[in-house]
Amino acid sequence: MFSYYLKLGWLSIRRNPLLSTLMIAAIAIGIGASMTTITVNYVMSSNPIPQKSDQLFYVQLDSWDANNPDDDGFEPPDQMTYIDAMALMKAGKAYRQIASNRSGLVLEPQGEGERPFNVDTRNTWSDFFPMFDLRFIYGSGWDDSADYNLERVVVLSKEINEKVFGGEDSVGRSVRLNGMDFQVVGVMDEFLPVPKFYDVTNGAFNAPEEIFIPFNVAVEYELPRNGNTNCWKSPEGEGFEAFLNSECAWIQFWAELRDNNEKQEYMAWLNAYAEQQKEFGRFPRPLNNQLSDVMEWMEIQEVVDDDAQVMLGLSMLFLLVCLLNTIGLLLAKFLGKSGDIGLRRALGASRSSLFIQHMIESGLIGLGGGVIGLGLTWLGLRGIEMLFGDSVENLVGLDWTMVLTAIGLAIISALLAGLYPTWRACQITPASQLKIQ
Amino acid sequence: MEIGPIWRAMMRNKTGAILIALQIAVTMAIMVNAVSIMQERSEKMSRPSGVDENNIFFISSVGFAEDFNERVTIEEDLAALRAMPGVVNAIQSNSVPLSGGGWSMGLQTEPGEEIDGTGVAIYFVDEHGMDTFGLNLLAGKNFDATEIEWRERASSEWPANILVTQAMSEALFPDEPDGALGKTVYINSDEPITIIGIIEQMQAPWNGWDGVERVMLAPTHTLFGSTRYIIRAEPGMRDELMPKVEALLAESNKDRIVRSMRTMEETRERSYRGDSSMIKILTFTVVLLIVITSLGIVGLASFSVNRRTKQIGTRRALGASKIAILRYFMTENFIISLIGVSVGAALTIGLNIIMIEAFSLTRISWYLVPVAMLMLLLVGQAAVFGPARRASSVPPAVATRTV
Repeated sequence: MFSYYLKLGWLSIRRNPLLSTLMIAAIAIGIGASMTTITVNYVMSSNPIPQKSDQLFYVQLDSWDANNPDDDGFEPPDQMTYIDAMALMKAGKAYRQIASNRSGLVLEPQGEGERPFNVDTRNTWSDFFPMFDLRFIYGSGWDDSADYNLERVVVLSKEINEKVFGGEDSVGRSVRLNGMDFQVVGVMDEFLPVPKFYDVTNGAFNAPEEIFIPFNVAVEYELPRNGNTNCWKSPEGEGFEAFLNSECAWIQFWAELRDNNEKQEYMAWLNAYAEQQKEFGRFPRPLNNQLSDVMEWMEIQEVVDDDAQVMLGLSMLFLLVCLLNTIGLLLAKFLGKSGDIGLRRALGASRSSLFIQHMIESGLIGLGGGVIGLGLTWLGLRGIEMLFGDSVENLVGLDWTMVLTAIGLAIISALLAGLYPTWRACQITPASQLKIQ
Repeated sequence: MEIGPIWRAMMRNKTGAILIALQIAVTMAIMVNAVSIMQERSEKMSRPSGVDENNIFFISSVGFAEDFNERVTIEEDLAALRAMPGVVNAIQSNSVPLSGGGWSMGLQTEPGEEIDGTGVAIYFVDEHGMDTFGLNLLAGKNFDATEIEWRERASSEWPANILVTQAMSEALFPDEPDGALGKTVYINSDEPITIIGIIEQMQAPWNGWDGVERVMLAPTHTLFGSTRYIIRAEPGMRDELMPKVEALLAESNKDRIVRSMRTMEETRERSYRGDSSMIKILTFTVVLLIVITSLGIVGLASFSVNRRTKQIGTRRALGASKIAILRYFMTENFIISLIGVSVGAALTIGLNIIMIEAFSLTRISWYLVPVAMLMLLLVGQAAVFGPARRASSVPPAVATRTV
């Protein structure tokens, strides 16, 4: 029966080419518009590290100014001071923990005539690599001894290794950064978390850094910092030492806590630490330290752009218009076949079989609209890429989930749109239609 | 007129009419809100940055060698840049308007830790700053060459004198007729600074900041390792100068790299790329939406004409003129559209309230609602005109045929 209804549906679609084209076009455009924005929102709100996002916690300590005007709803600063980050690293109370910040160094290639260039750099700790499940092509991350012994070691991204060493195994070789030699210990595999969850403060959709060096080395040699720095109080005194000891927040701190128990204990320890700092006259605000797992942190930082959400809302309304359109056209079409339907009813077709037949026809229209809509979605995403440039490069890919969603959404929309017209068609009584004939 | 019969005929087949009316209503809600967003964005984009955007470009220089002497390099670079033919003036600064990255501090009119400062964007310049950026001094005087200080990265010292924009002056001293000129303000809670001049207008580096017009200039050269030169070219000379400047800086000192050369025009384009893209996407959406709605009207009207061919023929046979038939369908559409835009007006305002709450967008301008209503009524009439004309050309003889 199903294939018979499919055939009937197909014949019916072909009998009214203009009306059918209009319906399929309406669904396709609605799907194209809504799926384009759904894809962007989906990628923006996707989980960049699904296997352990609920075990990684962003740590916020409220070391901020007591005189902040809006005490209600004031969030602790989104980065940490050097003093606190180092105290937390030293205590090592979490399973793994890292303090890290963004920087930019100048890399001098050793080849003749090659020009120095800038590399995006992350200053971090040895736990960074196992904590975020990073995979290596060659070598590995550095040992924690390198953190404390101020070893000048470096981990390269795949791209930089290709640029500097032509993609060879460069472990053990050295690169010159800001006039100092660093030894390569590892080359990472492709690494492109979207969003770049470990540092959304400096751009949630930026590319990851190109090289990674020990945090303590960067501090020791006073290497430049590139990221965001916020101070509520100026450093007391002059020089780098004073800056390190100031209330300026510029470090992102992550802790890996494997279960709720560890999380509770860590939180308790953080609060105890804050209380202790209060005795030294720091942390003037009421106790307000926070641990947020990856997805909570993305939420707090409002990683999903407002504009993207506005567009999502508008495009869903757009889809609604397209569906209203389709309902009207389907109604017109089904009622236009009143004669046929009356005849079939008179010949013994039950209401339910008519219902199924017309729903299948609607579904077919939905399928057509979905397939074309998918093409339009692809075009829409290319359009967004063209308009926004590099900054959205990572946001405009279609994966299988999205492809299936598009087609599924189209068919469901068409079936929903077909419900009322089909119901109306089933109400047609055989007698009334046959009389006119 | 025939509104009575039309209305009764419509009531016998409500669904089609309701669907069209709803479609028009939702279309209107989307359209008006989209246009309102577009207006907001283009207003934001049209604000002047205050600097001579057509002729300014900038370039970064990063020293990397261990024995790199930054101060000497900066002095030599500036002398060389200023001596280049075609260059009006050049300075070292930390940022430019619209670039998105910069430095801000709070200034307060009374000393004390517990007082809230007024946020201000800071540009470090020397005595050539006013001329290089192309700013207008409203009152007071520019910096003197002798008061320019050199500042290390970790320093927290501030100079004795600054210039501020008119907007900053008003924000600090709203009740003073002379504004901030000659007044002492405090930075870092208690370090006094004197305001020696008022600039007409200049924007902060962040275009979305609500204090975007609050700017101060500090007479300071920076020794931050990475520096930025701002160069103002003579009109028409910019594009010719850019490669020359890059080459000059790259060749003159091998202990640094130069990078990120960019014009102010490109900076503006990048800064507002999100907004201008939003405008383009919304324009496209609105056009597409109107097309779909009118196609829907055409489709349903054609269908209704087909169904009523016989009645039309009968009316014609009973003496109705072609015009009367045309008018029937046009009036029918007008009534439906009128209901649609009336519901649409309510939906529009509802949607706007939701958007204001969720995304802090601005309220729609009142006139958009009647303009959109009128426009959609016209679109409806235009869309129905084709099917209506076809209806009017149904011959009276149809009435006599049975099927």
